[in-house]
Amino acid sequence: MQTATDKQTETMQLPQTLEPRNPGMDLDLDWVMRATANRSAIERRAATLPGRRSVKKVHQAAWLCRAITCIDLTTLAGDDTVGRVARLCAKARQPVRADLLEALGMEGLTVGAVCVYHDMVEAAVQALNGSGIPVAAVSTGFPAGLSPFHLRVAEIEESVKAGAAEIDIVISRRHVLTGNWDALYDEMKTFRAACGEAHVKAILATGELGTLQNVARASLVCMMAGADFIKTSTGKESVNATLPVSLVMIRAIREYFEETGYRVGYKPAGGISKAKDSLVYLSLMKEELGDRWLRNDLFRFGASSLLGDIERQLEHHVTGAYSASWRHASG
Amino acid sequence: MTVQEIFETMDYGSAPESAGDALAWLVDQGDRFGHFIDGRMTDPGDVFESRNPADGDVLAHLSQATQSDVDAAVAAARKAQGKWEKLGGSGRARYLYALARLLQKHSRLFAVLETLDNGKPIRESRDIDIPLAQRHFYYHAGQAQLFDSVCAGRVAHGVCGQVIPWNFPLLMLAWKVAPALAAGNTVVLKPAEYTSLTALLFADLCRQAGLPKGVVNIVTGDGAVGEMVVTHPDVDKVAFTGSTAVGRRIRVATAGSGKALTLELGGKSPYIVFEDADLDSAVEGLVDAIWFNQGQVCCAGSRLLVQEGAADRFYGKLRARMDKLRVGSPMDKSIDVGAIVDPVQLQTIQRLVDGNTAGETYQSAAALPESGCFYPPTLITGLSPADPLMQEEIFGPVLVGTTFRTPSEAVELANNTRYGLAATVWSENINVALDIAPKLAAGVVWVNGTNMFDAAAPFGGVRESGFGREGGPEGMMAYTKPAVTAKALSRVVGFSSGPDAEPQAVDRTAKLYIDGKQARPDGGYAYDVFTKTGKLIGQAPLANRKDVRNAVEAARGAKAWAGTTAHLRAQILYYIAENLAARKDEFAARLNQMTGARSGAKEVDVSVNRLFTYAAWADKYDGRVAQVPLRGVALAMREPCGVIAALCPDEHPLLGLVSLMAPAIAMGNRVILVASEPFPLAATDFYQVLDTSDVPGGVVNILTGRHDELAPTLASHMDLEAVWSFSSSDLSAEIERGAAENLKRTWVNHGRGRDWFGTEGEGAVFLDAATEVKTVWVPYGA
Repeated sequence: MQTATDKQTETMQLPQTLEPRNPGMDLDLDWVMRATANRSAIERRAATLPGRRSVKKVHQAAWLCRAITCIDLTTLAGDDTVGRVARLCAKARQPVRADLLEALGMEGLTVGAVCVYHDMVEAAVQALNGSGIPVAAVSTGFPAGLSPFHLRVAEIEESVKAGAAEIDIVISRRHVLTGNWDALYDEMKTFRAACGEAHVKAILATGELGTLQNVARASLVCMMAGADFIKTSTGKESVNATLPVSLVMIRAIREYFEETGYRVGYKPAGGISKAKDSLVYLSLMKEELGDRWLRNDLFRFGASSLLGDIERQLEHHVTGAYSASWRHASG
Repeated sequence: MTVQEIFETMDYGSAPESAGDALAWLVDQGDRFGHFIDGRMTDPGDVFESRNPADGDVLAHLSQATQSDVDAAVAAARKAQGKWEKLGGSGRARYLYALARLLQKHSRLFAVLETLDNGKPIRESRDIDIPLAQRHFYYHAGQAQLFDSVCAGRVAHGVCGQVIPWNFPLLMLAWKVAPALAAGNTVVLKPAEYTSLTALLFADLCRQAGLPKGVVNIVTGDGAVGEMVVTHPDVDKVAFTGSTAVGRRIRVATAGSGKALTLELGGKSPYIVFEDADLDSAVEGLVDAIWFNQGQVCCAGSRLLVQEGAADRFYGKLRARMDKLRVGSPMDKSIDVGAIVDPVQLQTIQRLVDGNTAGETYQSAAALPESGCFYPPTLITGLSPADPLMQEEIFGPVLVGTTFRTPSEAVELANNTRYGLAATVWSENINVALDIAPKLAAGVVWVNGTNMFDAAAPFGGVRESGFGREGGPEGMMAYTKPAVTAKALSRVVGFSSGPDAEPQAVDRTAKLYIDGKQARPDGGYAYDVFTKTGKLIGQAPLANRKDVRNAVEAARGAKAWAGTTAHLRAQILYYIAENLAARKDEFAARLNQMTGARSGAKEVDVSVNRLFTYAAWADKYDGRVAQVPLRGVALAMREPCGVIAALCPDEHPLLGLVSLMAPAIAMGNRVILVASEPFPLAATDFYQVLDTSDVPGGVVNILTGRHDELAPTLASHMDLEAVWSFSSSDLSAEIERGAAENLKRTWVNHGRGRDWFGTEGEGAVFLDAATEVKTVWVPYGA
């Protein structure tokens, strides 16, 4: 899979084409209904993981650099403007102060993608022109996903037309809550088809699914319907990405890979704001899925403030002194 | 390595914990230790080396205690005990609280020292061993504070001799020392010779806490020192955690000494995975079950039983997980599996695994360090119960397994072991999980989790995993005894022959009562029973070992009794009482005739009342829900022991028998009662009462004959869970010694009497003896 050439292209942050896309499969309800998730056991695993893996010093710096490449730098606010998006894109190109990157030997590092609403796609594409950084658009009536179905599909098509290389769709939570797996499958399949060449991330809005078992089942259905990524949250639910939810979703990804041979990506989003959290997530991916999932074609953080904390930690690594936020460029 | 390189490889690197402070502490102590006796460290004597198993480095030199060291430690403990107990619960609570606080303040020092000494990953000593040890002292500070009200009527044993193993050095110290001190005992503790350092650091804390001199004494050395401690004549109570082989030797060594004994021994605990389980979580549970502490855990889930339909998927997931385990320097914070405690233990593991040719062996692809005592996580599947590795405790990171088809087969396989310490059940189906848990022969059952411990939840085993509980109020019972002082019991002998036989209208042949039927004795012999004036009033059968065998088989066969409702058992006890009361005059006359006393009527009345008492208790001697720090419940359930044989008191032929039978059957046990030897005929009359009271066959079996002939057969019988003796024959030593082989529970009188007519003759001690505590952990979460 991974060749030296691949690695080079990857550090240049070009859109990832290393992995064959998940084509999806027929809905296998036996498999879906077999999925269980024991909440207590999952919480115990999640609670002990940070204590089981500790990444220090030069390794920590390298891991934090890796985390940066996996960030979907995001702005999803009602008051977004072209100017605001341009600033964010500039930060995406230069996520860390140049002198620090030089000291780390990591010049040219960029984030994984920039994530915006549909109306900001063009502005972002323009601002990122030549950088190789893809633009992701949240879509399908984000965040609630309750607009008319044909408009949700049309929204995807519009965003793709506007230049989005990745589409973050939201699923209809009601299909999960009512156990209507066929409807969820059909919806996801239609969304995937509308995306065409653009990669599709399925936002499960796990905070609204009620149980971890539902999270496991929804994950499987979306993958069967062809999701390239499964993503926890819109960032707008009261509970967003958590380690237990992540564990359930990435175990579903693992099982899907074991059954089909296709690797689906994972994107936790919302509430990940500390450098240390990003290390825990990376170690979770490494432990449960393996090193292949530590690249940004298969792993992303949906985050807006995480980068700032990582920058401070990197400066601390380089200088030995604790950093301050105003020493780093804002996005 | 550069950032750029690691950015590509995404290796963890190492995250070493610093050993500096712990090594500095050892240097401060001169790297040579004596013993902690009477509040001070003695000068080092003959020393041996204590090594770090991860690299072989010598950490310190420890003294091998001599007999005079042990004598001095016991003497110091004896001297301190009276005052310590008189200090009162709240006074002792302050010291236990201080010890808990000190442990917390120095938690990292303890954790690092433990890891250096034992080889367990620093994560485990930091996140599990040391916090649990603190928790134990906090919890028992509370037990001390409440002692005078909660444990009213009970007192400390006195001096406790405690011998602990090397797998959880400080934690086992806490499990032993905290409850002992809370109850007002003083202790002489011997840590394992591989791992004594945290005990010596704890000695330092005892001084810092201002603990009165002699309350805690610590002597170091090998098994010979342990033997000196447990056999010391001035030790009142022995508590041991370690191997079944050594536990057995301690049972023999202390037999008849009157020392109280609790043993927490080996295990081969089943880990049952049903096909509807969350398989990924069950795999992760195994990491905590068998790769926790390198598998050197007495309650390790070491015997995997997977439902056939899920086995291949489960094994696949398990092997993949094993490859992710990191084996290496225990001081690295990102290590899952550290060093085996000693080269000797490593060789044992290697020998056991290499000697196995059955099944399929898979070993983790994880890289092992080039030197030091390390063994790869290992899985051996496809074994049968007949394969030695399915039966023998390996005490290493080696999991063995087989498959099952149905829930009942899972139970059968799980219980096909001499051990009975712990068990784990994984199923998302509450019906399955809660049905299986009580059926497993184990002191602890974890549902959808494993290796959960807490000071509030009793821990301990059944079968050859030992007896006694640690933790909770049940654990406090093991460090206390009833406050009564029993008088010596003299031998009660039957009357001898005079010239006359008592005329009988029609000859009555007293028989044995086995399986609900009257049975002639196998040997075909009977012995005469005379009145005080020497008149022959009847003959009682002389039971022999074959009659014992038959009675035990009958009792074993009556297993449905344990599953009956407590309400039904109460009804039957009331019915026995009713039928006995109806024949009061006849029984009273018989008693007076046999014993030559006039208390027959009173004895019948008290017997009827006693039956009422245990009918009342039948549905009221509940377990409890332990307050463990978990979203879920830990149920401390009271279960029947199983089959209990009891040598009944000689002096009160009816009341003695009823006093033992009633609590036993009320709690769901089946009994073999050996009637009063000199006065057996009340018992043989009594089976007619049983016959008319709906007691199912085999639940109560009655033998008559010579106690000293039957006791050895009963004591050594492998299919008995307990033997009690209140005989006036001196049989206590014989029974305790004979019980060592299968480590059955014993309750003997050590030649002391008991007021059977009074409050001593009934109540909680009987119910406690008639039950085992099973702790069932059920974490939950929708």
